[in-house]
Amino acid sequence: MDAPPKAIVGPSTFVDDRLGAGTFLKRNLRKIFPDHWSFLLGEIALYSFVILLLTGTFLTFWFKPSMGEVTYTGTYAPLYGVKMSEAYQSALHISFDVRGGLLIRQIHHWAALLFVGGMMAHALRIFFTGAYRKPREINWLIGIILLTLALLEGLTGYSLPDDLLSGAGLRITEGVMLSIPVIGTYLAFFLFGGEYPGHDVISRFYTIHILLIPGILLALITAHMIIMWVQKHTQMAGKGRTEHNVVGAPFYPAFMAKSGAFFLFTFAVIALLGTFAQINPIWLFGPYNPANISAASQPDWYMGFLEGALRIMPSWEINLFDHTIPLSVLIPALVPLGLVMTGMALYPFIEQWVTGDRSEHHIAERPRNNPHRTAIGISAITFYGILWLLGANDVISANFKIDLYTTTWIGRFAIFIGPAIAYFIAYRMCIGLQRKDAEVLSHGVESGVIKRMPNGQYIEVHTPAAEDIAEHIRGKQEIPVLTGAPDGEGIPPKSARTALGRLRTRMSEAYGTDRVPLGNGHAHDEEHEEEHAAVGAGDRKQLH
Amino acid sequence: MTEHNENPESRVPTRVIGTPPTDGPIVDNDPIHVPADVPGVVPQDPVKVRKAERLVAFLFLITFLAGVAFIASYVIFQVGTIDKTAASNYALGGSLAVALLSLAVGITVWVRQIMPKYNLVQERHSMASDEDTREYVKETFLQGADESGFVKHRLLRRTLLLAAAPLGLAPLFLLKDLGPLPGTSLRHTVWGEPTKNGKPRRLVVEGTGQPIRAADFNSPGGILSVVPQGYEEDLDALAKATLILLKFRPEELKSGTNLNWTHDGIVAYSKICTHVGCPAALYEQTTHHILCPCHQSTFDAADGAKVVFGPAARPLPQLPIGIDEEGYLVAKSDFKVPVGPSFWERGDAEAQVRENA
Repeated sequence: MDAPPKAIVGPSTFVDDRLGAGTFLKRNLRKIFPDHWSFLLGEIALYSFVILLLTGTFLTFWFKPSMGEVTYTGTYAPLYGVKMSEAYQSALHISFDVRGGLLIRQIHHWAALLFVGGMMAHALRIFFTGAYRKPREINWLIGIILLTLALLEGLTGYSLPDDLLSGAGLRITEGVMLSIPVIGTYLAFFLFGGEYPGHDVISRFYTIHILLIPGILLALITAHMIIMWVQKHTQMAGKGRTEHNVVGAPFYPAFMAKSGAFFLFTFAVIALLGTFAQINPIWLFGPYNPANISAASQPDWYMGFLEGALRIMPSWEINLFDHTIPLSVLIPALVPLGLVMTGMALYPFIEQWVTGDRSEHHIAERPRNNPHRTAIGISAITFYGILWLLGANDVISANFKIDLYTTTWIGRFAIFIGPAIAYFIAYRMCIGLQRKDAEVLSHGVESGVIKRMPNGQYIEVHTPAAEDIAEHIRGKQEIPVLTGAPDGEGIPPKSARTALGRLRTRMSEAYGTDRVPLGNGHAHDEEHEEEHAAVGAGDRKQLH
Repeated sequence: MTEHNENPESRVPTRVIGTPPTDGPIVDNDPIHVPADVPGVVPQDPVKVRKAERLVAFLFLITFLAGVAFIASYVIFQVGTIDKTAASNYALGGSLAVALLSLAVGITVWVRQIMPKYNLVQERHSMASDEDTREYVKETFLQGADESGFVKHRLLRRTLLLAAAPLGLAPLFLLKDLGPLPGTSLRHTVWGEPTKNGKPRRLVVEGTGQPIRAADFNSPGGILSVVPQGYEEDLDALAKATLILLKFRPEELKSGTNLNWTHDGIVAYSKICTHVGCPAALYEQTTHHILCPCHQSTFDAADGAKVVFGPAARPLPQLPIGIDEEGYLVAKSDFKVPVGPSFWERGDAEAQVRENA
């Protein structure tokens, strides 16, 4: 094409004359985006959010957020004539009497599950590659707020249909609110408009679910994207990639088209799930009644860890001066969530404090190259995972024929032991993988070619690693370490003189010391000397 | 797609890290034909492009057909019964998914096999602005602060803060009418409310509303879910007043159960779990255990519903029951302690009851 078509030139000129959009496009049309599969995890969350907005709007056209009592006269025969809230009736109406209503309802629910799942996977990718480091701490914090809001958004969403399952969730929410010291009772009365269940909570949750939280989410997601755009994406280490450049494909046309395709993939998968994988069949649960419950009631998956925490907690309660602190509710409701979220929020700053590293980072670290961080992350995943599993301990007990109380007791110990074991294993795996990297660089890779030597000995020929792989490995960054060593006159540096300072120095050494430096990975290792000789003699390694 | 092969000529996508390259050592395989016009933009092989174009066109055609099928399904498949809704759901969802999927695959093939391979490099700049800019901003800020008089005029500054304070608090006051204050409402249930005829309130079976004649509830091990007469459909009342009614042989009951509050081995406990308020609905006859399905708090029904396992900290409160002149079970009074989950103002109500007894 020699010139853009008139249909484009006309409007673009109009816009540029008035907004000067050309300057923006000049800078950004060919903005470079680095490529790696793990960079797409956040996009899953983003696109799920778009799908949630679209399908959610559709649902609002029919949903009636009212707890007023009506008698069901819709087409779902088993509930004909049953008294229920208008909210539940309209949810049934969407499911059975609106064409495509069931599909959109199920797509909405699946998209919500994927939204939170995508966010968590994305957050883990950021964590394990150190992509939260300077200058990206602000975006990391925004991400944590987004995740917290998404959990709330999910809770307010699955409470809306007012079926028996969603009512059980609300009841637990109320019980947890009541447990908060001093203000808990008031909070619960203000939220529910009086005593539980009252007549207000569905309409209030509705406003929160379709207006308040989505509005904040939209604003924060926009900020998240703009900051990502301005700071430019991190990239994996590799040939030609430095802290001062970005290597990849241009926004227009390649990245744009790829992103569009990925949105469609996400939508297609959610549509498939919404079509073929039934989710939240509210018509089977019946209308909410606080006197009833069905066995094996479970919240949506992302709330499972809170459920598990409630289940394994021993029955502790403090009664003092006519007041009650129900620890058996308060601790599981606040501590795990608080630990994970606060830990995530503080991690970039704690790490900066420990390493003393104030420089910008744009190359994503490989998880193995920061073994303590990776071990902490795996430890946290284990903590979360154990609680999540125990949120279904009754189902586990029924399916695997384990005594119910045994699962609880296992959980009570596992929640402390599990993360510690996970930390150790993850740390050792990182060190092992680093050794493997060092070996690939110093010894090359197995070629699959076996050679017979004149003396009858068999050896396997080794070849140097492919250049791209070698470059990727050599991209390992050193973790800065604070020095606490005394200077020439035996005086330790100022920062290391206090008890806190000494602790900081020790932590810094433990965190940052490179146990497996590249290049001379095995130089100190006596048993490998022979190998070195063999490689040195002709790039070969003896076959063990 | 992975970071290992941004070097377009050496793309060997299936190779795993650490395994040897299939086409000889990579070191000898430096980029051979650096494109003359734009570095980092490598056009695709025209033969492959033609093949890909046909594939992409075919996929777009499928999307077109599936899109038409979606609209047709909306018209053809009506809802109204469960089977019809299911058919409509499959037709709409299936066609939508196929349309989206083949469009997605089509665009992906387009990007990967028709658009050139890119390996472009862009410079990154430090996020911080340079020293001159910072200095300029600092001075401008100070100048503005001086010009505004905010620093100099103390009275201005203080009265402005004073003016802002009540306005900032105002929204909090607006929220007050979200709900009534709790008062003592959590301490009472409708079992303590007087009835219209002044007689004690009857226990009725949940669902049917039938009153229960003590003589008819006579099989040991029996269990009923019970609600207060007159409040059968009042969810606010049921959220606190629902009971489980159990029949024991006299010798089965232990000291935890208040025998004065039973009638002929019939005991009534609150069904609302003392943990977070789920209905403790499961009962195991042989062990007399009441189990809450939400978090598995377990109560011994034969021993005052005391906690034998799980996170609940207190027994299920027992309701004093008796019979009226017609032999129907009635509540003799309200619960002596608050039912349901613990709350800050609750205190150790059980201990107070023991002291008063």
